[in-house]
Amino acid sequence: MENQFFVDSEYLTPEALAKKHRLETDPSSRKNHMEYLPGMEVIESDVCASVMAQMKSYDYSKYTIADVKAALAHDPCTIEDFKALLSPAAEPFLEQMAQRARLETSRHFGNTVYLFTPLYIANYCENYCVYCGFNCYNHINRMKLNMEQIEHEMKVIADSGMEEILILTGESRAQSDVKYIGEACKLARKYFRMVGLEIYPVNTDEYKYLHECGADYVTVFQETYDADKYETLHLLGHKRVWPYRFDAQERALRGGMRGVAFSALLGLSDFRKDALASALHVYYLQRKYPHAEMSLSCPRLRPIINNDKINPLDVGEKQLCQVLCAYRIFLPYVGITVSSRESAEFRNGIVKIAATKVSAGVSTGIGDHESKYTGKESDALQGDEQFEIDDNRSLDKMYKDIAEEGLQPVLNDYLYV
Amino acid sequence: MINNDKLVIGGHEFNSRFILGSGKYSMKLIEVAIKDAGAEIITLAVRRANTKEHENILDYIPEGITLLPNTSGARNAEEAVRIARLARELGCGNFVKVEIMRDTKYLLPDNQETIKATEILANEGFVVMPYMYPDLNAARDMVNAGAAAIMPLASPIGSNKGLATKEFIQILIDEIDLPIIVDAGIGRPSQACEAMEMGAAAIMANTALATAGDLPLMASAFRQAIEAGRKAYLSGLGRVLTRGASASDPLTGFLHD
Repeated sequence: MENQFFVDSEYLTPEALAKKHRLETDPSSRKNHMEYLPGMEVIESDVCASVMAQMKSYDYSKYTIADVKAALAHDPCTIEDFKALLSPAAEPFLEQMAQRARLETSRHFGNTVYLFTPLYIANYCENYCVYCGFNCYNHINRMKLNMEQIEHEMKVIADSGMEEILILTGESRAQSDVKYIGEACKLARKYFRMVGLEIYPVNTDEYKYLHECGADYVTVFQETYDADKYETLHLLGHKRVWPYRFDAQERALRGGMRGVAFSALLGLSDFRKDALASALHVYYLQRKYPHAEMSLSCPRLRPIINNDKINPLDVGEKQLCQVLCAYRIFLPYVGITVSSRESAEFRNGIVKIAATKVSAGVSTGIGDHESKYTGKESDALQGDEQFEIDDNRSLDKMYKDIAEEGLQPVLNDYLYV
Repeated sequence: MINNDKLVIGGHEFNSRFILGSGKYSMKLIEVAIKDAGAEIITLAVRRANTKEHENILDYIPEGITLLPNTSGARNAEEAVRIARLARELGCGNFVKVEIMRDTKYLLPDNQETIKATEILANEGFVVMPYMYPDLNAARDMVNAGAAAIMPLASPIGSNKGLATKEFIQILIDEIDLPIIVDAGIGRPSQACEAMEMGAAAIMANTALATAGDLPLMASAFRQAIEAGRKAYLSGLGRVLTRGASASDPLTGFLHD
């Protein structure tokens, strides 16, 4: 079964609709996704080749129960062990994997769970990524906050007690340029201890500028590491250029960022291969930049405005749990973030096994924190959401729930030095 | 002898030789852990203490306990110095454990940068306790830089693997005149006991407690193990045979002059 991503909006002009259909049905109408666009920096790096070689040769059907048992008994976990743990043969061993994962998590992170919240400041987007609520052909309320509005949102969030923020935009350089994002980072530094960014990939000098503005962590989701599949899902715009996106974390580190985060969007392609590639992306980059902090996320596809049928297909909660346990066993020192795409029940369970960071008080819309946090009705315009969240717990509720699980919620473990 | 046996760091005297970590378990357990460990010094990450109103780890540490703020998160001497100064501003006192890591996987300390930071901070009046990889030359440089104690790692932090660097820690104990405090990797009370028997001045543990089923009980087990090891060291350990038997008659018994 496949997701049916294509939805036509009645608000599109006939020309726009025709172009959209052409992009969807005629691959020759789409730009070469492996070719850099003007202005995109090319860096020398062997990380991509290493990851792709492993991913291409990964045949998860060949792993047996014996391989899985050997992997579970082996310390440290090798790449081969990790491949076995991601394979279908490991599914019956989920409980044993969880036990081992929990041990690794507690060794490296104790019982701490970090909290953060995302802040979307703009949802304009120049890309046609067929699964995303912000895609340029989706008819949604578009919005870009000005600095005054951003500061207001930040105040509301900071008043809730949150100390770490992740600033997000849609991927539009025209609407949300680097200077605009930098100004938002400067404001964020006033209200938060830790400022992360999840924006379109930029060049090294731009990451350097954003770092100087106060950002210290960069998240870029590769969506899928299968470049051919990627081509069929990202039909238009800068985001279509797969290799430029792949090297984003490396450019961010070269630009001086302290840490970087990675992920595939599970459900878009073969999730076992994508999980393998995500973790190896971290693994090889860590060998090259041993000082850098790294973390993995594990988002699954969610419904969006105008398409409530989108779902993560064969990636059920058990599969997601298997991936997360395998990540933890293979990369015990790496942070693992589980977002509000997942249910409260799942998140309560997974923080006891593998996850080290969860979001709380989440909105993926634009300019709606005050109404969401305080219930105060607002006349101000609001921008629509990127996807539907599942777990809508506030910071206070999340803090309390985590503590009740016997874990220690942590709002800040960070110094900007 | 045992009654006057004090741990002296930078002119400050302590009765306990168990330094407790604080960063890997629930803050509500800190007080009971300190009590059951009999600890007088507790480490804390400055970056964790650098928080706003919600809940601050500093509020959970009882009065009278010496804070040992660490510089975790520092990647070089300059960053460590900045973090130490912030610790002082936060009211954490004059002690500082210098931790400088350029490796997020194993969290191994960078001895060279640690020597530099030790010198700067000692000159600013801090009681500097550098966390280090047990290398004699580096330890000597840290002594000359003004360190108040040396904190070599037993094995990688969080690994609970015990005294993987035993021979090298013994060299530090034998050659360095400052207290040698074994830090990182101690997973069991028996390992802590062994390090104390070797002549270590104190033990620092965090993960071993955090990963225990019953944290306060493990804290008290460590306390007893450390005390036992210390007593054994002070009593002068008997000869330990590593292989074979020893002749009970002296080989030189035939000499009559």
